Amino acid sequence: MAAFKETKFPANAPMTDKAVGWVDDRFPLSKLWNDQWGKYYAPKNFNFWYIFGILATFILVLQIVTGIFLTMHYKPDANLAFGSVEYIMREVPWGWLVRYMHSTGASAFFIVIYLHMTRGLLYGSYRKPRELLWLFGFAIFLALMAEAFFGYLLPWGQMSYWGAQVIVNLFGAIPLIGPDLSLWIRGDYVVSDATLNRFFAFHVIAIPLVILGLVAAHLIALHEVGSNNPDGIEIKDNLGPDGHPVDGVPSHPYYTFHDLFGVSVFLLVFSAVIFFAPEMGGYFLEYNNFIPADSLKTPTHIAPTWYFTPFYSVLRATTADFMYVLMAAVAAYVVFLWLKSRLSFITKIIVAIIGIVLIIGMLPSVLDAKFWGVVLFGSSVVIIALLPWLDHSPVRSIRYRPTWHKYVLVVFGISFITLGYLGTQPPSPAGGVISQVCTLLYFGFFLLMPWWSAMGSFKPVPKRVTFHAH
Amino acid sequence: MSNEKQVDPGRRGLLVATCATGGVVGLATAGALVSTFQPSERAKAAGAPVEVDISDVAPGTMKVVEWRGKPVWILRRTPEMLASLPKNDDKVADPHSDKIYQLEMPAYAKNEQRARAEHKEVLVVVGICSHLGCSPSSRFAPGAQPSLPDDWNGGFLCPCHGSTFDLSARVFKNKPAPTNLDVPRYMYLSDTRIVIGKDEKGEA
Repeated sequence: MAAFKETKFPANAPMTDKAVGWVDDRFPLSKLWNDQWGKYYAPKNFNFWYIFGILATFILVLQIVTGIFLTMHYKPDANLAFGSVEYIMREVPWGWLVRYMHSTGASAFFIVIYLHMTRGLLYGSYRKPRELLWLFGFAIFLALMAEAFFGYLLPWGQMSYWGAQVIVNLFGAIPLIGPDLSLWIRGDYVVSDATLNRFFAFHVIAIPLVILGLVAAHLIALHEVGSNNPDGIEIKDNLGPDGHPVDGVPSHPYYTFHDLFGVSVFLLVFSAVIFFAPEMGGYFLEYNNFIPADSLKTPTHIAPTWYFTPFYSVLRATTADFMYVLMAAVAAYVVFLWLKSRLSFITKIIVAIIGIVLIIGMLPSVLDAKFWGVVLFGSSVVIIALLPWLDHSPVRSIRYRPTWHKYVLVVFGISFITLGYLGTQPPSPAGGVISQVCTLLYFGFFLLMPWWSAMGSFKPVPKRVTFHAH
Repeated sequence: MSNEKQVDPGRRGLLVATCATGGVVGLATAGALVSTFQPSERAKAAGAPVEVDISDVAPGTMKVVEWRGKPVWILRRTPEMLASLPKNDDKVADPHSDKIYQLEMPAYAKNEQRARAEHKEVLVVVGICSHLGCSPSSRFAPGAQPSLPDDWNGGFLCPCHGSTFDLSARVFKNKPAPTNLDVPRYMYLSDTRIVIGKDEKGEA
């Protein structure tokens, strides 16, 4: 640790330089700015897909600010909550705008995050050395789902109430401790005032703190390893005489203005939704949520908000009949691993034992389909975290992968969207079968990735990024 | 002077003891915080038994009352409705109610009608689906209709995930819900009054 040294400025130096110098001697202000943004060299070939990170950050700030102002009028009390939201909508000056910004912001957040994750999938942004960056991002996604779930109870409408009832009861499917765990989460025999109060605490302080910490970790990790780019090559491998990547540009001013433009375009669309379609045809705000919560009457059709529906469809697809398909799938996967993988013999034995235990557990007399539905629901989310270890492709970017890899991605995308759509619809026999097929495709995409991602003829990867100056 | 630090065993011992004590206090505090999540005394008290007058429940109609914040259905079945029950025996997953959901099945309700011997026609069940806790809606009219099979004999349909139940609230096979709906403890105080959440053996 060096001794303290006050930086000396000439007498005629500008006041701002002196002030920043005074702070820099006591706090690494310029260093933080330069490391994290000002002199952070980002690849110059970023395309459309690279706007969603900054948009997510922007929406996070928007949600926190609008949330703070909503808290000033909202009452977390089962008798007053519904009325206080309507009070915000009708009587608080501009309250409707703040509330619609917050509710539309929630859906916008998920749209942006799903696109941000798609970008990672397209260009292999999770590959070494960005595994931890991906895991931090995944943790943010989990925290965001918790945040949205807790927040959705607060308006205390019918969908809030019954959605919370369904999700809390998911924990009830865990053998032995399940029912007590559900009771502990609710703090009452049903979703009640106690539940509303604690969900409020989670929504306004606990989860936001976690999200902010994770976002900081995500950004620090990103600026440590450097950004990936659409070509999926390391710009740090090709440094210029100044020690900076020849294919990189400092984020300030280049990406500052690029991102400001992106944020402006986003705000145009966002405002249009807020002013003309804040309910988005029942997708952003469900119609049944304009009816106060009634513990004695379930709405005729319960669906979670759209951003949860792909995973929710996986839950619904898991019926007693489907368990036999799953048992066959587990058996087939174990056989496949024995024949096709280079895992050690011991690992294969362990895999076989796990497979047999799973198949026995799936027998109707051991654990019922409800439990496995919850397991599959959880797995369908968590499996996303494993991408860095599932992808064995020799190149990162989809640009240099065999063309048929694009079709695999498209099939995966279609099954994900189909699951999402079916999750918003009432249960039906045809929809059930389609969602079961999509569930198999969804898991197949991930579980077979170690093989398909390494198959086919890959195109040569260029030494420099593809970039045409404008 | 050597760089090797001399460890004073007495002080090291005290350090370990202090850390251990601090850790125990920290864990105990965390335990207290976790315990605040349990149902409060007020919430537990609100789970007391409820008395209901059932004189206004005409045959073929249902009354919904609240017990522990959950809907309890009191359905007075017509003779035709009761006659439909045996037809469902091979279509329901658990005809004799051997599997329990949340409440232990009272012995007096372990029969085809899932009701006490005094009034076989009166069904008392907690109207909470054993899948994920939605409240099924009544579909008493027999025959083909949307979301239901063509040989429907009347019963209940859960709007959340499509589980169906017969007029004894027994779940049909191959539906998301794993068990029949719960029959709470209940008993007749008179021909027209029942108490829910309590029977000869005590409170639920």
